[in-house]
Amino acid sequence: MSSREQILSAIKGIERESKQLPDIPEFPQTENLQKVFKDSIQGNKGEVLSAIEFEEWIASLGDQKIISVSSRFPNLSTIKLPSDPHQLNDLNLAIIDGQFGVSENGAIWLEEENLKLRALPFITEHLVIVLDSQKLVPSMHQAYESIGSKHSGFGLFIAGPSKTADIEQSLVIGAHGAKSLRVVLL
Amino acid sequence: MSHPENASAFLKDQSKAKWHDETLWFVRDKRDRISKTVPEWESLRNLASQIKDNVLSNLDNYLEEFEKNALKNGIQVHWAKDAEEHNAIVLKILKEKNCPAIVKSKSILTEECHLNPYLEKNGIEVVDTDLGERIVQFLNQPPSHIVLPAIHLKKGEISELFHEKLQTEKGNEDPEYLTHAARTHLREKFLGAKVAITGVNFGVAETGEFVVCTNEGNADMGVHLAETHIACMGIEKIIPRRKDLGVFLRLLARSATGQPITNYNSHFRSPATGKEIHLVLVDNGRTAQLAREKFRNSLKCIRCGACMNTCPIYRRSGGYSYGSTVPGPIGSILSPGIDLNKYSSLPFASTLCGSCSDVCPVKINIHEQLYEWRQEITKAQGTNGKSLSMKLANGIFRSPLAYRISGKLMRIALKNLPNSLIYHPINSWGKGRNLPETPKETFKEWYHKNRS
Ligand code: SF4
Repeated sequence: MSSREQILSAIKGIERESKQLPDIPEFPQTENLQKVFKDSIQGNKGEVLSAIEFEEWIASLGDQKIISVSSRFPNLSTIKLPSDPHQLNDLNLAIIDGQFGVSENGAIWLEEENLKLRALPFITEHLVIVLDSQKLVPSMHQAYESIGSKHSGFGLFIAGPSKTADIEQSLVIGAHGAKSLRVVLL
Repeated sequence: MSHPENASAFLKDQSKAKWHDETLWFVRDKRDRISKTVPEWESLRNLASQIKDNVLSNLDNYLEEFEKNALKNGIQVHWAKDAEEHNAIVLKILKEKNCPAIVKSKSILTEECHLNPYLEKNGIEVVDTDLGERIVQFLNQPPSHIVLPAIHLKKGEISELFHEKLQTEKGNEDPEYLTHAARTHLREKFLGAKVAITGVNFGVAETGEFVVCTNEGNADMGVHLAETHIACMGIEKIIPRRKDLGVFLRLLARSATGQPITNYNSHFRSPATGKEIHLVLVDNGRTAQLAREKFRNSLKCIRCGACMNTCPIYRRSGGYSYGSTVPGPIGSILSPGIDLNKYSSLPFASTLCGSCSDVCPVKINIHEQLYEWRQEITKAQGTNGKSLSMKLANGIFRSPLAYRISGKLMRIALKNLPNSLIYHPINSWGKGRNLPETPKETFKEWYHKNRS
């Protein structure tokens, strides 16, 4: 018998009471989605910018390696997207469109089609996610409703910059991935 | 060594023990505060518990559904009945890929299977990429906590370690400086690894996808740079539906560290073009635990660590005192199922205060199961000698101040004991406890006054 069969038949052999899968009810929702979302991002050590603030910030940057795969800011790239992510080790900034944001925790959903390269939001030194302010949902329940049964090979929630507190519980930003997260709320 | 003996060793460094205790309590407090900002918190715990009950009652069907969908998505699925088989599967893939060095993100399962020493014996360099795990790996230690692997170390020790291993400045203890030194060191490892190993937080039967949560982004950094991703998953990590993730992701990080969500929550469904994902489904004692009706619930655990942070024994005895891969209250009910003899002192490393069950996001009745294990262990020892449980009880209660000074006297003493005495090294863990708030009168006194 293969291990697969052994494991499955061992489980089948255990007498268990059947237990029903519960429905997930609707919970009361926050009203002020934008404010709560902004607070959440700040709590996660990210920053929220308006389009104008973002453009000013971009203009203030010196010579930087930038890749924008955002449909809203298509002309900001200073280098081309390579096919091998190893070539992005010195990338300064990636600009990516998010699909929607979750107010309760600041999580932003992105899929492979937004990222182009799965490594992009991780290997970049700094990350900007562009988000439509109309695309905010109150909690993770509505978030999964929005995702629905859509199929993407890879999807993720990003809620802040890379961080760790593994040395004496002191929070340090920029453990491995992006050292900062800016969310441009349009 | 038994838990009390190990605990005494931990308590030798008084100030560190006190720091450990207070720091974990701080994390517990953060969890309390954030949970109170979610009005439906208790409903979420109930839902999570019911979903997991349903999973355990249909585990076979869900595993089959999960496998079918994962295969359809192009994921290669392997089954391992025990640690040995799990390790052999991983090694075989690495050999096929001609891979001499791997990066690995946090996976308690691979710790449980002792994958690192096995791969190293077979000539493969293993680099743990979670900062805390890298620190303990440098020291040749296992993690002392499932969420905070290096919580038993002070920054001075880490500074010295990094000075030796990463040539950081001697005496520079700044956490930011040290973290960024590790970042540079690990970046090189990420760029060089052809295979990356991760654990799995949740596997979704309905879609065949699996979810990995980190704050550092280390799992993704490894996986997306490598050609092959090996994900190691205990069979109990299944959840039925995608929307169940909404419930669990709301609970996990809040319970673990008091943050609203981990910063990266990655859903792996299909390999990227030209790459491979291998998923290893591991039993290693889980079906045996499923068959123990009284202890079945322990398989609902989502490894948030909250029961450790709140446990008065864990906080004051340290993760290593348990001698098991998963320490703390949940470890004390999982480990005896793996090896009753080796871990027989663990169910006694508890005050049965029930705080673990109170914070558990999936509502495992941890303290009741601890009590059940005590019964089992006592039974298993039978007439054999002085009965192990007695010996254990002696080990624990041998001369602890808190137990010698009993009753009324204790309540007076507690108010006046200085920390230096409570955390004194001649104190074994029973004495090392930060003593509880003392009631002004005993229940008996109160009862007499009010009811008689
Ligand atoms: S038993 Fe509960 S509290 Fe403890 S780690 Fe598991 S899920 Fe968290």
